Amino acid sequence: MKLHRIAALLSRHLYLYKRSFPRVLEIVYWPFVDLLIWGFITLYLAQFKAALPNFVLFFLGALILWDVLFRAQQGITISFLEEIWSRNLMNLFASPLTTGEFLAATMILSVSKVLAVSCVTVLAALAFYSFNIFVLGVSLIPFILNLVIAGWCIGVLTTGLIMRYGQEVEVLAWGMVFLFQPISCVFYPLSVLPDWLQAIARLNPATHVFEGMRAVITAGAFPAHELAWAIGLNALYLTVLVAWFHMMFAACKDKGLLVRVGE
Amino acid sequence: MADPIVQVRNLTKRFGDFTAVDGVSFDIRQGEILGLLGPNGAGKTTTIQMLLGLITPTAGEIRMFGLPFERHREEILGRVNFSSTYVSMPQALTVEENLRVVAKLYGMDRITSRIDDIVKRLEMEEFRTKITRKLSSGQMTRLSLAKAFLTAPKVLFLDEPTASLDPDIADKTRALIKEIRRSTGLTVLYTSHNMREMEEMSDRIIFLQRGRIVAEGTSEAIKAVYGEVDLEDVFLKLARTAPRA
Repeated sequence: MKLHRIAALLSRHLYLYKRSFPRVLEIVYWPFVDLLIWGFITLYLAQFKAALPNFVLFFLGALILWDVLFRAQQGITISFLEEIWSRNLMNLFASPLTTGEFLAATMILSVSKVLAVSCVTVLAALAFYSFNIFVLGVSLIPFILNLVIAGWCIGVLTTGLIMRYGQEVEVLAWGMVFLFQPISCVFYPLSVLPDWLQAIARLNPATHVFEGMRAVITAGAFPAHELAWAIGLNALYLTVLVAWFHMMFAACKDKGLLVRVGE
Repeated sequence: MADPIVQVRNLTKRFGDFTAVDGVSFDIRQGEILGLLGPNGAGKTTTIQMLLGLITPTAGEIRMFGLPFERHREEILGRVNFSSTYVSMPQALTVEENLRVVAKLYGMDRITSRIDDIVKRLEMEEFRTKITRKLSSGQMTRLSLAKAFLTAPKVLFLDEPTASLDPDIADKTRALIKEIRRSTGLTVLYTSHNMREMEEMSDRIIFLQRGRIVAEGTSEAIKAVYGEVDLEDVFLKLARTAPRA
């Protein structure tokens, strides 16, 4: 065993960390996110243990809905990555295809993925835990639709970043959505967060969806104001992000990055 | 003489301080095959990518079919296609599935009969149902050509189209291009590092070096100007000298 060869391999990887933000993020941010998520869950359980509503509904329901957001985002981002990996982007964008049509196709694909994955999770929850998410009622449907749109927003953002910064940030396709998890209040209510973080979380449409879900479970009432917030924020973010994506696309064509993305 | 179907005026592309294409102007007439020649980094691929709308020019104008590219992108690209050795297609799809996707992208009708025809012409029957990832490089090149011909383009950009083909298929491919040109009036911009192929295929040749046109004309005329009997010697002479002001 030669130390210089081991050192060569180590330096090969350490060189990457010198100028790779996503790799540094991997070291710093993910443990931090884990700590936040589990910390807030623990806090929630400790504070409200006497008054906690149906555990299964809360956590399995939250998990299934979180997966809706995750898959909606992935439906967009992974579709774009597939084109990069197969070196097919030039074929697409040298055709009459417009960026709007490209985004529309990926959004439809993302809905298909959400439906397919939801069937699996819903049936698995039913088979293994006798949990039927439909007991929550049809009032959940508009919230689920908003989760899909929130997923699209994150998907468009991630795709734009990958298009602009290339292979270096591909990891965001799987990680970006988790940047938003601590402020989405998936497994704990908004009230568990410190005041300053609550203010930030309220700007996240997913927070209003999960708050709405909890209101449906605990009070059986339809929280129209949470739905209104989710719709308003989603409409704003989707409009801004689609416009931003078009600008990013134009910038990539100007810098010659579109033909080099993935290299 | 036919009207130019492609008109390029003072086309320039700068990436920061680097000028990849520097004030290039040329026309391609309908039914003409124009060869774009030059050493690596001369600006050939950047020029083609600007003509396909994949890179935005810093300055200059591109018109195709008499229309300015910037304002008529969709209309123009619907009548244009390209094939490049450096571009692939979705690897997990079969050859036929890939061709179907392309035909739909361009809004083609009679998709199956069009695919049947192009598969037969490019002798692709044996790998028509094969997964693209399992194709040899020669088969991949033929798929790329099939994709380009499938949409019945009026203008075709071919970037080293025969680079990985064996001499037999390469010869058949050249014959096919010439036959389609004869029967449909196809206009072609052609790049290759094979000088014999360039001479055989091109009605006219443009020689690019460091982003500028340094020679232009028929291969015979260019050889006469530079006092060489072989286009390859002209290439070496031009590639090893600085561009003229």
